[in-house]
Amino acid sequence: MNPSGFVANLIHMIRRILFILAFISIIASVYAAFIYAPTEPKMGHIQRIFYFHMGTVWVATVAFIIVFIASIMYLWKGTRKWDILAYCSAELGVLFLTLTIITGSVWAKPIWGTWWTWDPQLTTTFILWILYIVYLVLRSSAGNDTKKAKYAAVFAIIAFIDLPLVYISARVMRGISPVVFGPGGGGISPEMMNALLINMFACSLLFVVLLLERTDLERMKDAVARLKMS
Amino acid sequence: MNKVLAIIKKDIVTELRTKELFSSMLLFALLIIVVFNFAFGFSVEILNLAAPAMLWIAFIFAGILGLSRSFALEKEGNAIMGMLLTPTDRSLIYAGKMISNTIFVFIVGVITVLMFILFFNYDFVSTLIPMIPIVLLGSIGFVSVGTLFSAMAINTRLREVLLPILLFPIIIPVIVSAVKLSGEVLDGNTIFDASASLKLLIAFDIIFVTACAVTFEYIIDES
Repeated sequence: MNPSGFVANLIHMIRRILFILAFISIIASVYAAFIYAPTEPKMGHIQRIFYFHMGTVWVATVAFIIVFIASIMYLWKGTRKWDILAYCSAELGVLFLTLTIITGSVWAKPIWGTWWTWDPQLTTTFILWILYIVYLVLRSSAGNDTKKAKYAAVFAIIAFIDLPLVYISARVMRGISPVVFGPGGGGISPEMMNALLINMFACSLLFVVLLLERTDLERMKDAVARLKMS
Repeated sequence: MNKVLAIIKKDIVTELRTKELFSSMLLFALLIIVVFNFAFGFSVEILNLAAPAMLWIAFIFAGILGLSRSFALEKEGNAIMGMLLTPTDRSLIYAGKMISNTIFVFIVGVITVLMFILFFNYDFVSTLIPMIPIVLLGSIGFVSVGTLFSAMAINTRLREVLLPILLFPIIIPVIVSAVKLSGEVLDGNTIFDASASLKLLIAFDIIFVTACAVTFEYIIDES
């Protein structure tokens, strides 16, 4: 838990650098989205929110995949660090997905004329969001630590397996066969692509930094609990 | 296999002696149908449109009632401890509980369909017979996850309150496909007219019976 001397310093330094990098890339992503990227001819300025939308949804996806893998690892190995990783990642995933849904709604209002529609992608996203909020509720409701961790891990695995089926059922429900992917499907210019990549990169860095801080906090809580016990 | 049968037998005997679970599930399903009837204001068009959804809401809610009792009963007098102490594989306990729950939910489902036919004037033979496989497949999907989660919910602070919260988002594919299939049947078509839904329902059953049997041992150890 307490790597001494050189290693500790190195880890500390790397995290400091990551933090600074994340900070710089966030500023760069704002610049890229608002100034660097050209205005989309059909949608106008509102399209710029899409860069953040894609960035956050990408991070949320990664976060939930981490939850799934960490949950399997926890059930397999039974070590606390996997549980911490799953929990913190789920929390951040919910946070980023909330941002995705909000930015998506803000974009959809002027473009589609409505805040929300029940198309398969949106429905699945919504269920995904609900599932991981339920995951957090389950954690806060399940008594002691090992029980909490096991229940949460099992629920996370079941929820993750469920998602493709939810997507299929959302399509069955609407009777839609062709997959409509992405907004309008129009071509995007290289500058837009760059702005998108910068945003995804910035969001990813932010996620990594937050995840490191969050897991650290959880470890510290454990340490405090141990100290109180002794 | 004998062990699974023993658990099923135990559950059925308990239920036959008390009959409390069955009667409350049935009454609840019946009441939901009645409440819907009032809510829709006896308008025949709306009732016909909403019929499959109504049926499955009644069915799922009654099922939740039964499931949340399923492990509460084991918890009373710590009967679950006795079951865990027997030299049995954990997944066999899951299989036993799951099958007995499926039987209960299935029977309640069939009776709900019967009441439904009676109240809303559907044709008896041509509705009931194609509904049976749908109710069976729906019960299996619903109960497979439900058994796992009810074992989980009973050991949390929120207890029975947590079960529907955990269960509903997961069983959305079951609800969607079962409602779609029932809709076809009530419209006078066969279940093969909605083959995508049928496949989805069967896939859900297979995937989750397996996944829940595997993960059950992690849930039950801690109780």
